Order: sequence, then C-alpha cells, then structure tokens
Amino acid sequence: MTRYSIRGRQFRTDEGVPRSVGVAGSLRPQPPTRTGTPRTPSRRQLLAAGGGILLSGALAACGGNTGRSSGGSGDGSSAGGGGAGGGGAISQWYHQYGEQGTEQAVKKYAAAYKKAKVNVQWIPGNYDQKSAAALLTKSGPDVFEYGNGPTIDMITGKQVVDLTDVFGDAKDDFTASLLDRMTWKGKIYGVPQVVDMQLFVYRKSMLQKAGVQPPKTLDDLVAAAKKLTTGKVKGLFLGNDGGAGILAGPVLWSSGHDYLKDGEPDFANADVAGALAKFHELFTSGHLLLGAPTDWSDPGAITSGLTAMQWTGLWNFPMLKDKLGDDFGVLPFPAIGTSGKPSVPVGAYASCVSAKAKDVAAAKAFVKWLWVDQTDDQLDFAQSYGFHVPSRQSLIGKATKLQSGEAKTAAGYLKTYGHPQTPLLWSPKSATAMTDAIDKIVRSGADSSKSLAGVAKTVTAELKRIGG
Amino acid sequence: MAEQTVERAGSAPARPASPRRKWTDSPHLWFWIFVGPFIAGLLVFVVIPILWSVWLSFYDARNTVTPTHFVGFDNYRRMLGDASFRSSLITFVVFAAFIVPTTFVLSLGLAVLVNGVRRGKAFFRSVFFLPTACSYVVAAMIWRHSLFGGTAAGMVNTVMGWLGGAPIAWLSIVHPPWYWLVLVSVRLWLQVGFFMVLFLAALQRVPQQLYEAAALDGATGWKAFRYITFPQLRATSTAVLMLLLVNAFQAFDEFYNVLSTTGGYPPYARPPLVYLFNVALGNGQDFGDGSAGAVILTLIIAIFALLQGRFTGIGRRES
Repeated sequence: MTRYSIRGRQFRTDEGVPRSVGVAGSLRPQPPTRTGTPRTPSRRQLLAAGGGILLSGALAACGGNTGRSSGGSGDGSSAGGGGAGGGGAISQWYHQYGEQGTEQAVKKYAAAYKKAKVNVQWIPGNYDQKSAAALLTKSGPDVFEYGNGPTIDMITGKQVVDLTDVFGDAKDDFTASLLDRMTWKGKIYGVPQVVDMQLFVYRKSMLQKAGVQPPKTLDDLVAAAKKLTTGKVKGLFLGNDGGAGILAGPVLWSSGHDYLKDGEPDFANADVAGALAKFHELFTSGHLLLGAPTDWSDPGAITSGLTAMQWTGLWNFPMLKDKLGDDFGVLPFPAIGTSGKPSVPVGAYASCVSAKAKDVAAAKAFVKWLWVDQTDDQLDFAQSYGFHVPSRQSLIGKATKLQSGEAKTAAGYLKTYGHPQTPLLWSPKSATAMTDAIDKIVRSGADSSKSLAGVAKTVTAELKRIGG
Repeated sequence: MAEQTVERAGSAPARPASPRRKWTDSPHLWFWIFVGPFIAGLLVFVVIPILWSVWLSFYDARNTVTPTHFVGFDNYRRMLGDASFRSSLITFVVFAAFIVPTTFVLSLGLAVLVNGVRRGKAFFRSVFFLPTACSYVVAAMIWRHSLFGGTAAGMVNTVMGWLGGAPIAWLSIVHPPWYWLVLVSVRLWLQVGFFMVLFLAALQRVPQQLYEAAALDGATGWKAFRYITFPQLRATSTAVLMLLLVNAFQAFDEFYNVLSTTGGYPPYARPPLVYLFNVALGNGQDFGDGSAGAVILTLIIAIFALLQGRFTGIGRRES
C-alpha cells in the first residue's frame, strides 16, 4: 500500500508545489452570493461539487506543471495574464535555468512579441523527459527548447517541423557545426539559442604552490592530480562518478577520434581504450575527488576548496568569479597520445516547433522573431544571467564579457577546439550504451577494448535502424 | 438485487410517491454513484494503460503511442537480448532473494519485541511505524546527502573519522559495492515499520489460551514462538511475503534518487523499472521496447509469486 501512494511523489517533487490551477479555475464562475448565505447545499449540488473537485484534482495532478501561474513575480509578463486556455496563444517551454533572472528575461522577451500572445512555461526538473512526453499530446508545447536540437527519432517520427526557412539570410551567421548537428536530410530542425561549453577550471594559487604547470597532455593531468592532492584537498574532480558521465566526447576527440566517422563507429580502437584505462587508474589512485556534495555541473567542489582542478561548464563563470576572484584559470581537455589535439564539448539549446502546434506558422514566426531577428534579446540572454556564448558569430564580437580575461581564453578554445557534444545520429540508446560502458571501465575496471567493441555493435544496429 | 428491482419497478405505478423519490430510490443509482468513480479510475488509470501497454509491446512505437507498424515479438526478442536489461533483472532477483527474508525477519522480530513490552507499547509502535509516513524521495535525499555524504563531512564518515577511519565515497566507489549498504538501509528503515504493524495486528489476534495451554505442556519462549505464534501468523506471513516480493521487483523511488547523477542512472544496482523508464519515458521514447520489458517483468513477478505461493501454501485450503 505504501508503495502505491508514494510511487508518484518522486515526479511531483521535481515539479515543485502542485498548483491548484484547476481548482481555482473551476471555482471562479461561482456566483458570489454563495459564500454569503449559509444554506445546506442540495445533494445534486454536493455531487456536482464533488465531481468538480475530482476533475480539477485530476487536472492538477496531470498538469500541475502547466506553468500558467509560474514565477509569481507579479509582473504579468507571461503575456497571458493567467490565461487559462487563451485560445490561439503560443505556448513556449523552457527548462529551468539555474541562474537568477533568466525566467523573468524570457517572459519579458515573449511579452514584447506583438503578433501573438505567448505563454512562457518554465519547467523544473526532468525537462527532457517531460517535453518529449508532452510532444505526444495536443496539450504539449508549440515552441520548446531541446538540448542540441531535437533527437533523430523526433525528426523521423515527424514530431517537429522543418525550420530551414526561418533562418533566411542569417543562416551563415550561425555556428556551422551546430547547425549541422540539427540538420537531417538538408533540413534544419532547430534554431540554436545560446552556445554552452564544458572545460577544466583550476585554482591558480594551488597549482603555483605545488609547483605544477597547467597540464597540456593526459599524462600531465594525471601527474598534476597526484601532486595537487594534499590532505583533504584532492587534485582533480570529474564528477562523483569519476568522470563516467562526461568523458566520452572529450576522450574521443582528444585522442584524434570521434563518435562516428563516415557513418561508422570510430571509438572501438586502441587509442580510446588505452586512454579510458588510464582514467580507471586515476579513479583508484585516491587523487580524484569523489562523493562531493555537488556534481561537476556545479562549481561547488572547486569554490569550496575540495579540489584544485575541476571539469565544469562555462555557465558557472559568474559564480567562479564571485567566489574565487581572479584565482582561477581555464583549460581544454588535454591532448591524448601523439596524434591527439585538445578539445572542448560545445552544446546549444535549440528552439524547436512541435508538429502538433495549434498554429505551426505562427509558432515558426515567433521563433524567427525571437531567435533569429531579435539580436539584442539574444545578446542579453547570453550574457546577462548565466554565462553563455551567443550562437550568432556577429554577436560574439559584441559580447563585452567575452572580450577579456579567462572568458576570452574560453571563447578562444570554443573556436579552436570545439566539437558539437554528440552527432545527430547518436541516438539515446547509443548514448546509454556508451555511458554504461565507460562507467564500467572507469569505475569497476572492465576490459576497455571489449566494452567498446560491445558499444560499437549497439551503435551499428542503431545506425542501421535509423537509416542513412 | 435483481428481484428487488423488479419488484420495485412493478409496484412503482401503484404508489403515490413523488417522482423525485422514485428516482433516488433505485439501488442501481447508489451502487454506481459510490462504485462508479472507483471503477472509472481503475479503468482509466490501470486497466486501459495495461492493455494499451500490451498492445504497444507488439508494435514499433518510437515517439508515438498510436503506432501502426506491427512487429510481432521483435520487441520481446530485443529486450531479452539486451544485456543491460538482463543484468538488471538478474540483479533484482538476487536483491529480492536478500531483501524479502531480511525485511520479513526484522519486521517480525520487531513486532514480537514490541508486543512483549509491558509499558509504552503505543510509543514503540509509533516510533517504528513513523518512517512509513516519510516520502521515499525525502529519505533517499537524507541518506544520500547527509548520512552517506562522500566527503569527510558526511555523517557516517564523521563517525568513522572519530574512530580513525578514512572517509569513504559511499556512492562513487563500486568495489566494494558500498551503494548497496545505502540502498538496503534506507529501504529497511522505510519499510520495516509498516510490516511490523501488520504482524502486530496478527499477533494480537492469537488466542491467549493457546499460550496458556502450551505453557502447561512446557512450551514457553522459543518453543511457544516456534509452535504457536509462527503457525498462527501464517495468513499474515504469506501476505507480507507477497507484498515484499512485489515491492522488491518494483523498486524505483529510492534507487533513482540515491544513485542517479547528472549523467543519468549508472549501470550498477539499476532496477528493471528504472531501465524501462529510461527506455520508454526518458530520452529513448521507445514505447514498444519499454512495454515489452514491462510485460516481461510482470511475468517474472507472477512466476515468483506462484512459486512462493507453492512453498508457503498461499491459496491452499486450510486444513
């Protein structure tokens, strides 16, 4: 019994406090006199009320997250004014950005759109799952963002629409490798909003004290981790799983390979296997920070002094600067072996339009207006809250925060060493197989050549399924 | 009931009752008013989804729940050929074999102890039952972040530090698999109290005179438990075992919240439901494979339940 009542909660906590949107909606039309005169309701009224409550309860449970009254900032900028229904309005979904002010910003942009009412919905927790599931229904978003563009199955399943024509002349201004990532059979299915990258950050003072130069190769990195480990401070933090979640791309690129090359897996080889085996040694060496209160995507481990070097994201720059001042430097993932070059993963949330949108043309027009035409808003979104790189080349020059210090260095890495996070044909199934294999290699010391060969088999089957 | 209705219907025209009264008088009306919402809920949220899922399991249902491409047993073949799914099934057969008897013995032991105290029975009963009211997610978070935090500041690590031990990253290290300690302890804490209350209720129904008669024959203490208490608890025991078994295979909440990280759920102690959740509802959106896996899991639970029934004698006629 306990299990059944508790089962659902895990999702609900993600969604935040379930809002009683449904209840409020169904009660509003009641005549005001009802509250003034205390009289016994008839049985029929009771039943009707009971039914209403049941129904609105069910609605609240299903759609506790419709975002209709999100924020509570009271600025009414969600452009809906509590718009329950609001026929013809465009519903736009964002995942919950961690940085302060982002939600207000996107609502402000939407409110400024004159041609249609746009309801911004701010979705906390498990965004990928929620948006993917919502695409199955008509109540899903019209416009939504998705990490690195829609998945290949969303495209082949015709859940998203072709956005090639919204780019117009601006197409060449967008980072080409990112557009490639969102292109299938010559059609572009997403408009990159802002570019994010991952990289190493290190504490300059700690490296100086230990007499360590910023590592340029994988061997340097391993040696540096050892030298920097003193007492409670560990040398390196790659995430609480020892790097299993983040290593795939960087290890492949830095050793001169890739996920796929000419439509074939390009990772089941001795270079990659050897590099991953080194990370297993690192995992057991005692020089890696493990079990930290926050994971790699948060700067907590390095800012609280638990580690001297950490893998993290560009989005954390404001916090790093705030906590560490100038005491931090940035590095790409170091080169591996003789033929390798340093690398950094680059990703972009892209705006997509659902094929089930109430008005596909209106939704496309809005995407074009916000993410292609409104360059001021794009610049504001990239710079004013978290820390991102604008997706249009012409704006990178205008991004003042990218013009100096470590930010400038990082932006340089992006240009020289950047690789799109994963290729479009890298399906979720391939991704799971790869992450599982790397986790087993790094953490439990599984045979790396054999594991990678297993992944290659899964990936080949997936490529065959998707077709060329 | 049918007879009654016929009679009513027949006698209705002769009676000068108001039409309103006649309308509310029907037993069918009240049957449906009280049972209807429940049946409707059951249909909409349980029966239809189950049937739909079985239907989906025979189709190529990627990114759609209304597929058109029939594939026969392909999804089943693929799921059974999937090493990750097989390994999660095997892991959870082993897990069930461990957690079911452990929870059973602990909750029965607690029930006997609490039943035996002379004073403060209500206090102990409440104290042990309280964790049942705690959300699995909240408990998982507390276990993960404060009790078994991986740095020296974690509670268990702090205590170990006093004793001179080095801190252990409980959820990062996989050799030895410390994560099982975290998962099993949180599950026991959450569940033992609930099953203890079931046993307590059953213990209080054992007739006192049986013990008195047994005491005259010299059976006290362990003997009384072995020959009186335990056999008298048979009905409750079989029910508890069944619930525990189903619970073990349906593990999700605390596992998901203890072990998943930014990069997803690691390939260790991955419950079949977590794996299927990722296949069907995660980025995968493959409802065909996911449904096939769910059907396979259901069959496994049914087989184990039947086996357990054979061994414990559930459904056998009371002699």
